[in-house]
Amino acid sequence: MESLNVSKYFHDPVTIKILDNINFSLYESEFVSIIGKSGCGKSTLLYILSTMDTDYDGDIAIDGVSMKGKSEKILAEVRNEKIGFVFQFHYLLNEFSVLKNVMLPGLKLGLYTEKEIEHRAYEKLKILGIEKEALKLPNQLSGGQKQRVAIARALINDPLLIMGDEPTGNLDKKNSEIVFDIFQELAQEFKQTLLIVTHDNEFAARTTRIIEMEDGQIIRM
Amino acid sequence: MKNKLIFQIAISLLLARWKQTLVAAIGVTFSITMFITLLSFMTGLNDLLDGLLLNRTAHVRLFKELSISKNQPTDLYYKNSKGHNFIRSIKPKNERLDISNSGAIISTLQKDARVLGVAPKITAQVFYNVGSIDLTGVINGIEPLEENRLFKFNDYVTAGNFLDLKNIPNSVILGKGLAQKMMVSIGDVVQVTTSKGERLSLKVVGFFQSGIQDIDKVQSYASIKTTQKLLGASASFITDIQVKLKDILGAPAAAKEFESFYEVDAIDIQTANSQFETGSSVRSLISYAVGITLLIVAGFGIYNILNMMIYEKMDSIAILKAVGFSGGDVNKIFISIALSIGIFGGAMGLLGGFGLSSLIDQIPFNTDSLPTVKTYPINYNPNFYFIGGIFSIITTYFAGYFPARKASSIDPVVIIRGK
Repeated sequence: MESLNVSKYFHDPVTIKILDNINFSLYESEFVSIIGKSGCGKSTLLYILSTMDTDYDGDIAIDGVSMKGKSEKILAEVRNEKIGFVFQFHYLLNEFSVLKNVMLPGLKLGLYTEKEIEHRAYEKLKILGIEKEALKLPNQLSGGQKQRVAIARALINDPLLIMGDEPTGNLDKKNSEIVFDIFQELAQEFKQTLLIVTHDNEFAARTTRIIEMEDGQIIRM
Repeated sequence: MKNKLIFQIAISLLLARWKQTLVAAIGVTFSITMFITLLSFMTGLNDLLDGLLLNRTAHVRLFKELSISKNQPTDLYYKNSKGHNFIRSIKPKNERLDISNSGAIISTLQKDARVLGVAPKITAQVFYNVGSIDLTGVINGIEPLEENRLFKFNDYVTAGNFLDLKNIPNSVILGKGLAQKMMVSIGDVVQVTTSKGERLSLKVVGFFQSGIQDIDKVQSYASIKTTQKLLGASASFITDIQVKLKDILGAPAAAKEFESFYEVDAIDIQTANSQFETGSSVRSLISYAVGITLLIVAGFGIYNILNMMIYEKMDSIAILKAVGFSGGDVNKIFISIALSIGIFGGAMGLLGGFGLSSLIDQIPFNTDSLPTVKTYPINYNPNFYFIGGIFSIITTYFAGYFPARKASSIDPVVIIRGK
């Protein structure tokens, strides 16, 4: 994954350059964290890299394919197939069971039959140690469990890259620890590429590479 | 596969807020129910009122009108002159009232492919003698069987049997109002005097009630033969030929054709009763307008509920987009929510409309002027159900379309970052 000369402006209320010529590359099976102070643009960068935010200058490439100027439908397909998300809030759909939540992106991709996807979802939940909660509704789970379900959902399509926006930001120490261990396990055992935005320096210190940002620029990578 | 998934998501969102969904569906159900009921009832009533006149009116009536001759001798004499002829105070000459060569006309008409049936008729002005008083009236000489086949004569005979007109010589069926005035009952004999002074005794075999009181007070029916005897006329004496066509819309053209072909006067039903056509079309226009208004109101209800649902489900929409659902997918989800409300509510509404109109059909409705009608009239026209069904789907589609478009354009970043 590459980012080439990415700049972004916020126009409301006055035009501010929030990202200034960001250039970096991310390679397979790297476990990278982005750190920086509040408002330095790290989340903004993540959303641009995630293809959800399309209002930027410059270009990004995922798996060697440029994302600039692609239609909304194609970007949605890229997100579905190649990127897994973990947010600060779990963002599970309360209308569906845990299992169904995990299955949703898989069903959308439609690579496997529903039975297979269900089986895969169980496996992912097993990796995260919450297979017993599979048939519960999300609002019956604790915060840590929800976050683990969200990670399972991010994994369902075996994405090239998992992105996290402060995935431990809303968790207590113990749960943060669990979530971090999971990420580390994914990185080491499954060679999963991870890009995590965090302001927790302790968390960042244990990743393989740290990108530090300040005022819309990368100051260390 | 994909559509199935979208449908599953739509169903889950629907069921998650089933109370709201139900309210929206009930809105559609109610409006479709009222739409169907209103139209069925209004059209039923319309048909009843139209039938009052149309059922017993000939589509084309052939008759002979006494009028001045169109070709005056002066016109012939001064044919080549360039001036104008002014003739004043022309009077019609004393002609026979009957249609000449009526037998041939009737048999030719009966062979015409457009004609459903032909019924001859004689109209005779008479006086009914009640003691020393004479009541003016009209006796219609008819062919009872044909009259019943074409104009449902039996529907208006409230007492007695209309076939007795044919079976009993010198019999008469009196209008109900007339019978009450004369204080006679079935089996009594009434005296009748024609305008030419001939008298005849007629036996009362029944009463009829047309629904129009002025008619019931003056008219009565006798067989053609009896009427001819009354008038002292020959067996070929016919004053009117009533023609019922297979297609009522062909009446004006047919009337014109018959008029020139048989050299008689002819009037079609549309010309004779144009006010009825206008009345019934305006009535159905009003009921359609009310029905469609109801549906549009229900549509706004669905629009509101979907809009609210979108604000509530903003997070879910954002997350669906984040995990790879495109704007088009989200659009489809909300459209299917709207359509399922529309289809479910619409189907219930069609059933409800059928139920309610059947219920109205059972309510007694007795009126003196309509002897054959016992309950409120309902028209079970499948077209109403078709229109109602289609319209419920179209309305809900558009009610869902705008909220769905809004949902599809939600920017997930704004929602997720907004937390």
